[in-house]
Amino acid sequence: MSEAAVVVDGVSKRFRLYRERNQSLKAALMRGKRASFDEFWALKDVSFEIPVGSTFGLIGENGSGKSTMLKCIAQILQPDTGSVRTRGRLAALLELGSGFHPELSGRENVFLNGSILGLSRKELARRFDDIVDFAGIEEFIDQPVKNYSSGMYVRLGFAIAINVDPEILLVDEVLAVGDAAFQEKCMDKFADFRRQGKTVVIVSHAMGSMRSMCDQAVWLEHGTMIGSGKANEVVDGYVDKSHASRAEAEPELITIAEAGHQGTAEARITAVELLTDAGRRQTRFRTGEGLTIRLHYACTESIERPAFGFALENSDGVYVWAHNTIDAGYHPGPISGSGTVDLVVPALPLQPGSFELTASIVNDTGTHIYDFVRDCVRFHVDFGTPRESGGIVTFGGRWANLRNTTADTTRTAPTLEEGLSVTAGRDDA
Amino acid sequence: MSMTSELMDSRELLYNLTMREVRGKYKRSVLGQTWSLINPIATLAIYTAVFGIVLRALPPAGDPSGVNVFAVWLACALLPWNFFNNTVVGGMGSLLGNGNLIQKVYFPRWTLVVASMLASLVTFGFELLVLLVACVLFGSMPWIWIPGILLTVVFLGLFGLGIAMMLSVANVYFRDTAQFIGIFLQIWFYATPILYPITLISARANTHPDIPLMFLYRLNPMERFSVLFRNFFYDNRMPELSDIAFCVGAAAVSMALGIWVFTKFQARIAEEL
Repeated sequence: MSEAAVVVDGVSKRFRLYRERNQSLKAALMRGKRASFDEFWALKDVSFEIPVGSTFGLIGENGSGKSTMLKCIAQILQPDTGSVRTRGRLAALLELGSGFHPELSGRENVFLNGSILGLSRKELARRFDDIVDFAGIEEFIDQPVKNYSSGMYVRLGFAIAINVDPEILLVDEVLAVGDAAFQEKCMDKFADFRRQGKTVVIVSHAMGSMRSMCDQAVWLEHGTMIGSGKANEVVDGYVDKSHASRAEAEPELITIAEAGHQGTAEARITAVELLTDAGRRQTRFRTGEGLTIRLHYACTESIERPAFGFALENSDGVYVWAHNTIDAGYHPGPISGSGTVDLVVPALPLQPGSFELTASIVNDTGTHIYDFVRDCVRFHVDFGTPRESGGIVTFGGRWANLRNTTADTTRTAPTLEEGLSVTAGRDDA
Repeated sequence: MSMTSELMDSRELLYNLTMREVRGKYKRSVLGQTWSLINPIATLAIYTAVFGIVLRALPPAGDPSGVNVFAVWLACALLPWNFFNNTVVGGMGSLLGNGNLIQKVYFPRWTLVVASMLASLVTFGFELLVLLVACVLFGSMPWIWIPGILLTVVFLGLFGLGIAMMLSVANVYFRDTAQFIGIFLQIWFYATPILYPITLISARANTHPDIPLMFLYRLNPMERFSVLFRNFFYDNRMPELSDIAFCVGAAAVSMALGIWVFTKFQARIAEEL
């Protein structure tokens, strides 16, 4: 951590917001000036240093100035005040495959794009096979790139940029390209990069991976730096803050649309809501919080022995959980008119993510469906306690009892914190 | 200014950008690069029919070559004009046309304008070869003037490039620069004695001695460049020193202004696009 790869010193960047954008000469001549505009400071006096060999995150909401900052580091934008100094060759993965000429072949575009990124013909010739291999498009390399699928296009762009072999790599939300296999290849390449002591600067909204990948982070809000330091602390602060601000307004109860129902409709699910322990309607919860799922129904005739059920899928469509009154041994009495029934969850055992709830009303043998509504309510889970490394569910597990059976029984077991940070793949060395 | 060192570093980038333009232009047309020859030949044929046969704006024969072919005489000035025109129009749109690239990657921005000029130069080079053959076929002997021709091409290229650099930035800030310049170039074309001999103008100048018509006419650098190319290709003689000096001076002024405007305004190109 001796020298800095990037020094950002008091950088401010002003954009002009044109009230009437007169890009025509006539308008400019008639007004005697070019245009009237408001100033907008995308960055205000931001200073930080990125040490050589670190993985550095820029976090913040949309419009907070992260991407502007990245473009200033990449020299695409020039700051109005302050300076950005970088040490070593720099490559920016801002938009992959920008600058490809659609009519030219993949091969020609590799050389074109590579030279735009600053590689010489000789270096490119040497790396050509690596690039094509990484992108996995050997058979298509002599085809015009306009015939490429969007995935191939992006993969080739990524392969070129990453093979520029930069000392500083700037990445803006491009980790989400390609299929799972390609993503894995990218992550391997990033890991290689970090092992080789190269500097990576990442802008992302994927807080989970930011937390585990970055060593340090800077948190921007409205162009001002409001936090910097160890990545996990900064990310936690950010997540807490955005959770708090988003939870302010109580969402309205959404009644289910006519088209959403399946079943014979003697009883209908009119709405499903999620309540906190305090009885407040909400669509964001934290891991470990208590919640109540409340189903509202309305019947056209009296039903003797109804049964209610809920099922849960995550945003990838993975079936996570289900529970119904039959299996719970809960026998609600006859229902008529309208009313509600609750499922009380003492502590939510879900990792952060988005989830969709499906609800149903059936008869007590499960053979007749009165109503069935897919994805009737959607909710988000943010970091809470326990905080575990990844996946869909939390176990609330605890690392303990390291027994080194050969010798040295004096060693103590690692604490929970240490165990977690190791599994998250962070290099503290 | 670090432009010279940047120029050295950017040789390969320039080459690749130029080849992108050259290769991309006629991709997927059956005749490919041949179009870059067919187009000027067609234009030549049209102008020859209208101005050489219908309007009979005939120039004097080449002195001392004695060549007297309107189409060749016309080509000697029309092809350089086309090159100049393509350099200005292509260069002017080069920043706007590559906006996506400029906003995503850092590289020296001027390379786009220069590459556009070089791509026009490649086409112009082929045209000049054909012109050379035509000149020889019709009895002109331009061989010893080839170094002079090449130098004139360089200065014409620089003259056009300087203007293109100014206009490329202007076009980012005011989008209708391109429209305006389109009209302006047409006026400029007819104000330059390309399709008709300058003797027609000097004849008018004699009937209106109070207007310094010839003086104004000769302020036009493209007139001087036309004279140079015709001297070399058509007449086979050394041009007047004043004409050469005027061309070199015009190229120098244009480049100086172009570089000054470009460096002054290039910082905000990415955000104005």
